[in-house]
Amino acid sequence: MDLLTKHPKAVQFLVLLAVFFLLCLLISPSDSNFLWRFPPLLKQLPFIINDSVRYLMFDWMPVQVYDPIIDDFEEKPLFREFTRSISSIFLLVINFVREIFLGGVKTVVAFTDWDFISENPWLRWPALPWTVIAGWAVILGYKLQGKGLAILAGICTIYLAVFGQWKPSMETLSFVLIAAPVSVLLGLIFGIWAFKSRVIEIALNPLLNVAQTMPHYSYLVPVIVLFGVGDHAAAIATIVFASPPMVRLTLLGLKKVPADIVDSGSMSGCNTFQMMFRVLIPTARRDILIGVNQVVMQCLAMTVIASFIGAQGLGSNLMIALNSLRVGTGIEIGLCIVLIAVLLDKMSLAWANKQTDYFADLTFFQRNRFALIALIVFVVGSILAYIGSFIFRDSHNYLYIVPHNKGITTAPFWQFTVDWIWDTFFYALKAFNEFLITKILEPMKSMYLAMPVAATFVLMMGAGYILAGVRQALIIGGFLLFIALSEYWDRALITAYIASFAVVVSAVFGIVVGSICAQNNTASKFILLICDFLQTFPSFIYLIPVIMLFGITDTSVIIATVVYASVPATRYTVEGLRSVPQVMHDAGSMLGVSRWQRWISIELPLAFPHIMLGINQTVIFALFMVIIGAFIGTTDLGQLILKAISDPQGTGIGLTLGLCVAFIGLAVDQIIRTWADNRKKALDLA
Amino acid sequence: MSSNPVIKCESVYKIFGNNAKQTLEQANGVVDSIEFLEAGLIVGVNNVSLEVNQGELLVIMGLSGSGKSTLLRCISRLTDATAGKIYVDGQDLLALTKKQLIELRRDKMGMVFQSFGLLPHKTVLENIAFPLQVKGSSTRESVERAAQMVQLVGLQGRENYFPRELSGGQQQRVGIARSLAVEPDIWFLDEPFSALDPLIRKEMQDEFLRLQGVLSKTILFVTHDFDEALRLADRIAIMKDGVVEQLDTPSNIVLNPATEYVRKFTEDVPRVKVLTVRSIMDPLDESERLGELRVSEDAIVESVAEDILSEERPVAVVDAEDNIVGTLHASHVLKVLFGGRSEESTQN
Repeated sequence: MDLLTKHPKAVQFLVLLAVFFLLCLLISPSDSNFLWRFPPLLKQLPFIINDSVRYLMFDWMPVQVYDPIIDDFEEKPLFREFTRSISSIFLLVINFVREIFLGGVKTVVAFTDWDFISENPWLRWPALPWTVIAGWAVILGYKLQGKGLAILAGICTIYLAVFGQWKPSMETLSFVLIAAPVSVLLGLIFGIWAFKSRVIEIALNPLLNVAQTMPHYSYLVPVIVLFGVGDHAAAIATIVFASPPMVRLTLLGLKKVPADIVDSGSMSGCNTFQMMFRVLIPTARRDILIGVNQVVMQCLAMTVIASFIGAQGLGSNLMIALNSLRVGTGIEIGLCIVLIAVLLDKMSLAWANKQTDYFADLTFFQRNRFALIALIVFVVGSILAYIGSFIFRDSHNYLYIVPHNKGITTAPFWQFTVDWIWDTFFYALKAFNEFLITKILEPMKSMYLAMPVAATFVLMMGAGYILAGVRQALIIGGFLLFIALSEYWDRALITAYIASFAVVVSAVFGIVVGSICAQNNTASKFILLICDFLQTFPSFIYLIPVIMLFGITDTSVIIATVVYASVPATRYTVEGLRSVPQVMHDAGSMLGVSRWQRWISIELPLAFPHIMLGINQTVIFALFMVIIGAFIGTTDLGQLILKAISDPQGTGIGLTLGLCVAFIGLAVDQIIRTWADNRKKALDLA
Repeated sequence: MSSNPVIKCESVYKIFGNNAKQTLEQANGVVDSIEFLEAGLIVGVNNVSLEVNQGELLVIMGLSGSGKSTLLRCISRLTDATAGKIYVDGQDLLALTKKQLIELRRDKMGMVFQSFGLLPHKTVLENIAFPLQVKGSSTRESVERAAQMVQLVGLQGRENYFPRELSGGQQQRVGIARSLAVEPDIWFLDEPFSALDPLIRKEMQDEFLRLQGVLSKTILFVTHDFDEALRLADRIAIMKDGVVEQLDTPSNIVLNPATEYVRKFTEDVPRVKVLTVRSIMDPLDESERLGELRVSEDAIVESVAEDILSEERPVAVVDAEDNIVGTLHASHVLKVLFGGRSEESTQN
């Protein structure tokens, strides 16, 4: 009785667990038993989706379109024409940027035709020599921020060139330079729209929720059907994937603008346009910039995944290297992606922080000094490239473009290291691997699979009810029902098992490391810096070292997931603990608490809601990584999504699977977020 | 009072909540805030009528929740009044289109905010130039004007600082400079000094009086600080629960509080700080021999007290044309200084 009044929630949980295990024991595992597995009533859903998409693409609203080849009007479906024109615009722009960097004829061809080019070979654009682009990057870095950024830009570009990754890097860059601005623009537009209209905000919210929890792969499938395969399709998939966080952060930032600033804008006589673009958006700049930053990161994270549907560049090379287990090359390419990510990240930040000096009385040369230097660099670089064509007459002109894979390479070194690690630690690694798989993972997997569906519902909805309330319990029930009625319940259980194992390990790791580091200023800063750094890594990169150590196994996926998902857990723990108000610490000190007592009874309770938000992120991150892990062979939902990419019926299957993953994430999100919000309110922290 | 007030409010109401308008119409202008609260409505401003004349400094004083800021926001139309008429320079403010309102703000109004409302992404200079730029002035022109304003508020050398790099007092100087950049006729100040330390506040009040001495704007000044109101105001409107309890000159408010609520405020105010010589002088008695000293009847007692006390004989009080209109005895001044209470009750 005492327990009941003191800890009502604990008692509720005990009862819930008792019911759960009882159900597990009582419900017999048979396919005819509905309490064991629900019948796949939504089995037809993927096909319905397919048929509707097909109808939309091939039959809906035929319109008369002029075809220059047969010189006549032809009947074509409207939607298909629409997606086609989007595709060709994207393709044109991507090729244009790409050819500025690398030279080529496709842009010119787009406006003329191939015959015209063959007749006029002078129309073939030359590439910019890599020295020129490197020089420009340095100048840009200097202009935007100063020496530091200039040096970083120099190191990055020289690395790309010297290691023979220039061409794929520029391909990737041209793709990011299109996808990122478009994503930012779309995000801004929808964010502003949602800010202006409550209806839009409410309508967008569930869409954004799903979009942000859908695994990367599932974007690919419908995009192939609608837009085909190639760089443009990859760019579109990337944009769809990268825009939602921008929308979120734009809306968040605009909402946070203090009322006083809005009023002061009104009283300064701003009209609606000036208000939005000169007061609201600049004031919300911090959040919007975080959005831009996220977009750049997401774009680079997608470069690898987008190579599944034909994006050229570093991503596809990385895939090829990993597929053939050339880990050394993989590391080098991975580093290229990371360097580009870091450089774009810093440059976009510096650009946003730039300020003008109104008093400087400059001459023409001073004002246009950077343009002039850039011009000089261009001339010098071109001359160098021209001279190079004589020096390297018989081989590649290294002063023009370092050809792919003809630069310096450290791959043999890495390969050697990997081999050495394998030779030296083979038995240790193998033993660990076997132990993990046979003693922990396999039993856990069979436990998950042995859960009757009714018991799972009781457990999840019950937890939702206890922690968050009736409304949340019902929402969770809805999410689960969708998965249970699809064909993929067992697969979902496998995904859930890998993810939950990784989440538990990551959470423990994150909270422990975070708590230790939070005790000290320098350590906190250091660990946050590391988190920042790790977060600039595109998710795929995490797979490289683990494949290196554990080969193609579930262990690799789990370890990559743990590392990837530990970042938010650690970060939120540090942030949460550091934000405990000083006065609480002082009060604690004056009461004579020990360090341990301080952690247990002051810091942890106050920081816990924030830490839980970190765990929430950890869950989402883990799900993402587990699905990406399908690339190295897991047997969960991810594997099916990956399969769907090459399946003509793939759209429906891919989307349904994507929704299953999203709903797992959202179900957890519902519980944790609501609980954390309530708790923050109760602690007066919100 | 001049016949053409710059700002004129007629029975202005501001009521927050759903169906505020209908409920107000049903109540026929008689608003009881407790009744309204039960109906889920919050009364911000309740039947306020007032006029502000050219070059006058009207202070709206009240505690938090009294509706003083809401009234100011209605007059600057940052919120729309639920009912009533507001005229600015004879124009019906509530009838203005959005465009006209923007024009009015660009040309005639300036406003200073309690928490400064500076744009965090702009430097001091850019913040001050901002209203000019939205108006469409060229960069050069607006920057030059902004530089003048920087001089005016004494922030030279900090033009390229960001608001976050300035102290509260300096930030508010920027706020003041920005609000004055377009040379407005009407100047709104919403608790401009409340977020500042007492010492800085005093300094900023002096600065404000200096500026007003130079500029002579028509000013609506909102504060919760009665001392500040007394120090600055030509007239004070004291508000409580959305109603103006009393609207009068500082000395009249102190001497003749209209309601119990106003009296509580005036209780602790040192008389010498508000009373003018006129209010405590004796009628001219021809038989009396007066001293050499002459004091103006409009002078605040505190400012002349020392001179009067050092005088042996009663002092002559003169009006603006230097005619002697009364006398002032040192004993009288002493009573005001130290006795206070009993003397007033006899006066009242």
